[in-house]
Amino acid sequence: MQYLLSGDSLVLDQALCNGCGRCEEVCPHAVYSVVNRKAVVANRGNCMQCGACRMNCPAGAIAVSTGVGCAAAIIGAMRRGDGGGASCDCA
Amino acid sequence: MDKVSCGCGGGSPVQLTHIEMQAGPAPVLSTVVMWRDVLGGWRVRWGMGRMRYRVAPGLYRVGEPDKQSPVLVTANYKLTVDAVRRELAGLSVWLLVLDTKGVNVWCAAGKGTFGTAELVRRVEAANLAGVVEHRNLIVPQLGATGVAAHEVKRSTGFTVRYGPVRAGDIRAYLAGGMKATPAMRRIAFGWKDRLILAPVEVVGVLKPAIVILAALTVLDVLRYRSLSWRVAADFAPFLAAMFAGGVLTPLLLPWLPSRVFAIKGAVAGAVCVAAALIALPGGAIAAAGTALVAIAIASYMGMMFTGSTTFTNFAGARLEVRRALPPIVVAAALGAVLRVAAAFV
Repeated sequence: MQYLLSGDSLVLDQALCNGCGRCEEVCPHAVYSVVNRKAVVANRGNCMQCGACRMNCPAGAIAVSTGVGCAAAIIGAMRRGDGGGASCDCA
Repeated sequence: MDKVSCGCGGGSPVQLTHIEMQAGPAPVLSTVVMWRDVLGGWRVRWGMGRMRYRVAPGLYRVGEPDKQSPVLVTANYKLTVDAVRRELAGLSVWLLVLDTKGVNVWCAAGKGTFGTAELVRRVEAANLAGVVEHRNLIVPQLGATGVAAHEVKRSTGFTVRYGPVRAGDIRAYLAGGMKATPAMRRIAFGWKDRLILAPVEVVGVLKPAIVILAALTVLDVLRYRSLSWRVAADFAPFLAAMFAGGVLTPLLLPWLPSRVFAIKGAVAGAVCVAAALIALPGGAIAAAGTALVAIAIASYMGMMFTGSTTFTNFAGARLEVRRALPPIVVAAALGAVLRVAAAFV
């Protein structure tokens, strides 16, 4: 299943990529594959922008804007007047 | 944001009754999930004490682990620990439980509490380098949003190996020499995964639902001067909307039209509410008002389910809220006006 703006903010700088394959390993939606020791974004539309790849890229080759894909958290932040502060606060 | 107090101080972590302190570096964790654990799981899924359902963090023994045994890392939400330990029956492993304030691996990793700093701290606090001879940590793959493997390596000397997404695959992962197959790395999000959170959605609208049903009862008494079977007929479309938004939308998620959850909820709601109104007909104005309010409820509940899925993202959800919330509010307000007016014409 795909959602609005899936993978929109994901940027991979192949020049920095060292081919370690961590991004492919940590991605739960098979967004990456490694071809000739370089990562490629193979399935951008499946990306939920969780940031696991960015977090685990030792070369700093990945940029992606992350956050909770949760309407309840976003509405909660709006009510607090804190547009950027949406976080999981189920309680 | 995080209202939960730190587990080391004022909080009262839920103790596992079957942990016995023994001689040796870590308490023993049973792999037997008892009926009261199952009951506890049901309780928290209905929203009772969910944020207090936790296990004391630290290193545990499962079976009879030695210096060669693998080290698995998990969160201290008790439901998570139960899901992991029941899969470890017959195995001998070390289980390193991080203090995630009683939150599951995926959500805690997003917050950063299941993260590099906490993992490094727990590895050091447990003197793990003295407990095992190897230098591998098996971290659940969904913890990767909070853990930077290369930084853990640099700080502790331990290599992070990302294990499977699901606890149910741990045994196969270990048997395969700590190799995860592509299927173990994927989030499937099948119908059981989607439905298991339905109670949370229904509990989330319980209070407004009671208010609406009470208001309907008052309107009926005003109109007919007595309480009659008509109240039940008036309830039906709203109960249908809650069912559509809270149960049908998650269940039929892949097949409902649009990527926008509010539309998915509205479509499921429209079908169910129409069925209820046809089965138990009333006046035209009342029906129109009821339909607007009830479909708005189903649409809102559908939108709330974005947070329970495994594929939505922040920017998309923000866009959905901005576009869908105003029409939902307008529809609900207009519907309420019509429904109240119908009681007096």
